Amino acid sequence: MYAVFKREIFSLLNSLMAYITIGVFLLAAGLLLWFFPDTSILDYGYAELIGFFSLAPFLFMFLIPAITMRSFAEERREGTYILLATRPLTEWQILIGKCLACLLLVLFALLPTLIYYISIYQLAMPKGNVDAGAIIGSYIGLLFLGASFTAIGIFCSSLTKNQVVAFAISVFICFLAYSGFDALAKIDALKSLEGSFIFLSINEHYQSISRGVLDTRDAVYFISVVAVFLFLTHFILEGRKW
Amino acid sequence: MSISVIGLSKHYGTQKAVDAITFSANKGRILGFLGPNGAGKSTTMKMLAGYLQPSSGTATLCGFDVQQQSMQVKRIMGYLPEQTPLYTDMYVKEFLLFVANTYGLKDAKKKVEQTIADVGLNDEQFKKIAMLSKGYKQRVGLAQAIIHDPQVLILDEPTSGLDPNQLIEIRALIRKLGKNITVILSTHIMQEVEAVCDDVIIINKGKIVANASIETLKKEQQLDSLEDIFRKLTS
Repeated sequence: MYAVFKREIFSLLNSLMAYITIGVFLLAAGLLLWFFPDTSILDYGYAELIGFFSLAPFLFMFLIPAITMRSFAEERREGTYILLATRPLTEWQILIGKCLACLLLVLFALLPTLIYYISIYQLAMPKGNVDAGAIIGSYIGLLFLGASFTAIGIFCSSLTKNQVVAFAISVFICFLAYSGFDALAKIDALKSLEGSFIFLSINEHYQSISRGVLDTRDAVYFISVVAVFLFLTHFILEGRKW
Repeated sequence: MSISVIGLSKHYGTQKAVDAITFSANKGRILGFLGPNGAGKSTTMKMLAGYLQPSSGTATLCGFDVQQQSMQVKRIMGYLPEQTPLYTDMYVKEFLLFVANTYGLKDAKKKVEQTIADVGLNDEQFKKIAMLSKGYKQRVGLAQAIIHDPQVLILDEPTSGLDPNQLIEIRALIRKLGKNITVILSTHIMQEVEAVCDDVIIINKGKIVANASIETLKKEQQLDSLEDIFRKLTS
């Protein structure tokens, strides 16, 4: 598994794609958070990162599928999956190696945003008067969210040999999982199912962790989402016909 | 018997790519797998390598069942797929190190250097695989198949796209390897079979039409050249 992980990280860091997507993510976050007047923390006047944490899921919706789209789709197109499949590696080892590599890259994208925390820490009045608990919670929530989106992206990548198709499908599924269930819960005709829809929504659990309260229900929810998509991917890999 | 195949079939819908073939191969002999395009050579090899699921029948390599004991099989088997797919964004050395690591080899670095020397990649070892010419890519493909000292080596058209000098080198390498292990290679170049192989299997439309050593086959068919035998049996 470590060999696959290492190769994936290497190949991600060796492609321009990763740097561009991470760059765009940081640029978009930076512009929206510090520069554009409507959403700027400086104009907002409170030393909070709420703006960033409500924006980040939507940026992740594009960033993560862009990172994961090549993982299986490219192997399929180039016919290199046979190189992995004929080694003494189980499908789980291949799958998890690839998944962890993508997740590490998401972590790389997230690390520079710690500067935002340092900035508002310095800007707060008096200095250091920030809700650290909520911010730590939000980062943990963001990591869980990132892991779920990564699993979704990897799954979509295993469905097709076209990277663009993989990207489009995974953006759609991520969006659906993030806010689709919320929207469903608001439909009048489905009133009786409102509670279950809200429980299925990634947004709901993300918001819950973001408050700084680590509830095992939320952790279990995210772990289950990751597990479900990994199992689906494993199913696809087992029945592969390419 | 290090390769034993019994009633192996692969169906795609109603089309029978490989139709209940049975054969075996022994250690220390090189088996040539011949047949016209689309005869089922690559499909058979993919099934032997555990990449494709057979529709029916069994294959065992060194006593391990390809389906049931796939992990053990993959550890003792080296496979060079058709068209040599490689991670072209990696450097030669790095790629081979990755392959060595997937087998969990102990002296991975040393093994990589030794294999690079064996296949004659010394001058190209610091290049990116994408930069290599076809012949050198083929050598990298061969290197990834032999790096873990396999007991069974499955080579799908190992010499396609090589120039005459490289051809001779690679053939010599295959012959050297074939002394101690079982090698099965597919090709449709008849001279190659005569130069490299001890035994031949000719398959046509998924069925075996000949299975013997080269000398016996020539005696049986009362023809002198393999090419004539091939044409007689497959057309």
